[in-house]
Amino acid sequence: MSTKTDTIAAGAAGATPARRRRTRRRYLTVAAFMSPWIVGFLVLYVYPMLASLYYSFTKYDGSKAGPRWTGLSNYQFMFTKDALFWLSLRNTIWMVLVSVPLAIVLGVGSAYVLTKPRRGRAFYRTAFFLPTMVPAVAAAVAFLFLLNAGGPIDHILGFFHLPQPLWFVSAQWSKPGLVVIGLWGVGSTMIIFLAALLNVPAHLYEAADIEGANAWQKFRRITLPMISPVIFFTAVIGVIYGFQYFTEAYVVGASVGSAAGGSSSALGSPQGSTLFYTIWLYQQGFESFHLGYASAMAWMLFLIVMACTLVLIKSSNRWVFYQGGFR
Amino acid sequence: MSGATVAAVAPRTRQRTAEARRRAFLTTVANHAVAIALTAAFVLPLFFVVTTSLMTQQQALNPHDLIPHPFQWRNYTDIFSEEPILRYGWNTLVYAGLATLGVVLSSVPVAYALSVIKWRGQRVVFLLVISTMMLPSQVTIVPLFLLFKQFGWIGSLKPLIVPAFLGDAFSIFLLRQFFLTIPSELVDAARVDGANEFQIMWHIVVKVAKPAIAAVGLFQFLYCWNDFFGPLIYSLNNDKIWTLSVGLQQFTTIHRGVLWNQQMAASVVFMLPVIIVFLIAQKAFIEGITLTGVKG
Repeated sequence: MSTKTDTIAAGAAGATPARRRRTRRRYLTVAAFMSPWIVGFLVLYVYPMLASLYYSFTKYDGSKAGPRWTGLSNYQFMFTKDALFWLSLRNTIWMVLVSVPLAIVLGVGSAYVLTKPRRGRAFYRTAFFLPTMVPAVAAAVAFLFLLNAGGPIDHILGFFHLPQPLWFVSAQWSKPGLVVIGLWGVGSTMIIFLAALLNVPAHLYEAADIEGANAWQKFRRITLPMISPVIFFTAVIGVIYGFQYFTEAYVVGASVGSAAGGSSSALGSPQGSTLFYTIWLYQQGFESFHLGYASAMAWMLFLIVMACTLVLIKSSNRWVFYQGGFR
Repeated sequence: MSGATVAAVAPRTRQRTAEARRRAFLTTVANHAVAIALTAAFVLPLFFVVTTSLMTQQQALNPHDLIPHPFQWRNYTDIFSEEPILRYGWNTLVYAGLATLGVVLSSVPVAYALSVIKWRGQRVVFLLVISTMMLPSQVTIVPLFLLFKQFGWIGSLKPLIVPAFLGDAFSIFLLRQFFLTIPSELVDAARVDGANEFQIMWHIVVKVAKPAIAAVGLFQFLYCWNDFFGPLIYSLNNDKIWTLSVGLQQFTTIHRGVLWNQQMAASVVFMLPVIIVFLIAQKAFIEGITLTGVKG
C-alpha cells in the first residue's frame, strides 16, 4: 500500500512501517468523517436503486405476497399499450422544450436589465428575486386565482385588448399557464446570470467601443460567449429538473379535476393536458399501487434524463466557450 | 469621461457634451423604465394575492377594483379557526428545523473529508457524491417507501427527517467548494501545533466557513419548508402531520373556485415567513446561489 498522498515529508524517506501506520490512520479518519454519507449512500441510494431495478421486472402491489417476476412485461406494456405513458412523455417534453429556453432568455434578459441602472440595482434585484421565495404550492394556488376567468390577469389583458384565454380550465392553455408560474420564479436563474454578466472583463467592452461596435454586436460577440458556460449549466439543470416537474402540475391538476367533479384520479386535468411523466408515475405507484410498473417508469425516466444530458454535453463543445482555451 | 478636461475646450465640443449628457439621461430613463416594468411583472402577482386575501368572498370572485372594500381582516382569523393552520405550521417547522440541523451536522464533516484532508481516491468519491444529485428521486422512492413502511414510519415525519442526518449531496458540494478556498497555511499551522482533524474542523474550518454553513442551512430550511413531494408521499394518510404545503393543496382542492379570499390568506400565511427570512438574510442567500452556479 504505497501512497503519495501524504505530502508532509516524514523525516527519513524510507521509514515505511511508521508511514504505513500513519496512512492507515488517515484513512480511518477519512472514513469516520465520511460515515454519514457512506451510510446514506448505501441505504438511500444503492439499496433502493437495486431494489427498484428488480421491481421493474416484476408485478408488485406492496402486499405480503411480494413481487412476482414478469420479465420485460412492464417495459413492453409501457411502450406498446399504455397510451397515457406516451401522453405524459409528450407533455413533459413540451414543457422542457418551452420552459427551459424561455427561462434562460428571461433569466439573461432580466439579469441584463439589472446591470444597466447605476442606482437602485439592489432594489430591483430584490423585487425580481422575491417570487422565487414563494413556495411552489402557494405559487400554484396563487396563479389558479390570478389566471381564473374574471381574475386580475384577465382584467389586465382585457385592458390592453389582448385575448383572455381560459388558462387552467382549457386543455390548450393549461401548460402555458404552468410556464407562466415557472417563469415568475426565474429569480435564482437570473442571479446566476447576473454574477456571470458582472464577471465579463470590462476591457473587452472597451476594446469593442474603440472598434465602434453597437450594443447588439457587443452582446452577441462578447457577452453571449462569455456567459455560455453558465447558459450550459442552466440548460443541464433545467432539463434534469424539467423531466421531474411535479408539484405545480399536481396542485393545478387536482384542483381543476376536483372542480370538474372528478375523483382522486382526476390528476392531469383538464383532459390529460397536465399529465406529466412524474404525475403519471405517482398515480401508478402511490394511488394504484402498481409498484413494479412505477419502478419501470422511474428507470425509463432516468435513462431519458441521462440521454438528454449526454446530448447536451456532447453539443456543448460546439457552442460553449471556455475562457481557458482563449487565453 | 472626466468633466475637467472637457470644460477647457472649445464651445463646439461643449455643445456635443450637452448632447451626450441628454443622451445619457435618456438612456438612464429607458433603463429604469424597463426595470420598473419588470418589477411590476414580478411583484404585482404578490400584490393581488395580498389584496384578495382581504376581500369579501363576493368581491374576490370578480375583483373589478383592486382595493378591498371593506377590508375583511376576518379572513385571517377564519382560516386559523376553521383549518388547523397552526398545526400545519408547527409540523412544517419541525420538519424544516430538524432536517436542516441534520443536513448541516452530517454534511460539514463529509465536505471536510472531501476538501481539507487529501487522500487517494478522493476525486472518485467526490464524483460519486455529485452523481447522486442527478438521480431522479422517483428511482428510489418506491423501495424507500416500502422500507419506511416496514419501520412503521409512514404517517409520521420520520421518513423526512431521519435521512437528512445522512448527508445531502448538494450541501456537501457547496460546503466543499467553500472549504477549498480556505488558505492551507491556516490548516497546516494547526497541524504542526498537533491539532487533530476534528479539532481543525471544529475550531478553524467551521469558524471561517460560517457564511457558507449559513447559506447551506438556509437553502435546506427553505427546501423543506416548500417541499411538497416528500410530505405528500409519506404523510397523506395522516392529516395530523400534514405540512403547510399539503394542507394548502388539500384546502384548495376542496374549496376550488369558491373561497378565493381564504385561499389567498392561507397562501400569504404560508409564504410570509420565508419572504421575511429572505429579506433579512438576502446577502448570504444570493452569495450562496452565486457560489453554486459560477464556481463549478
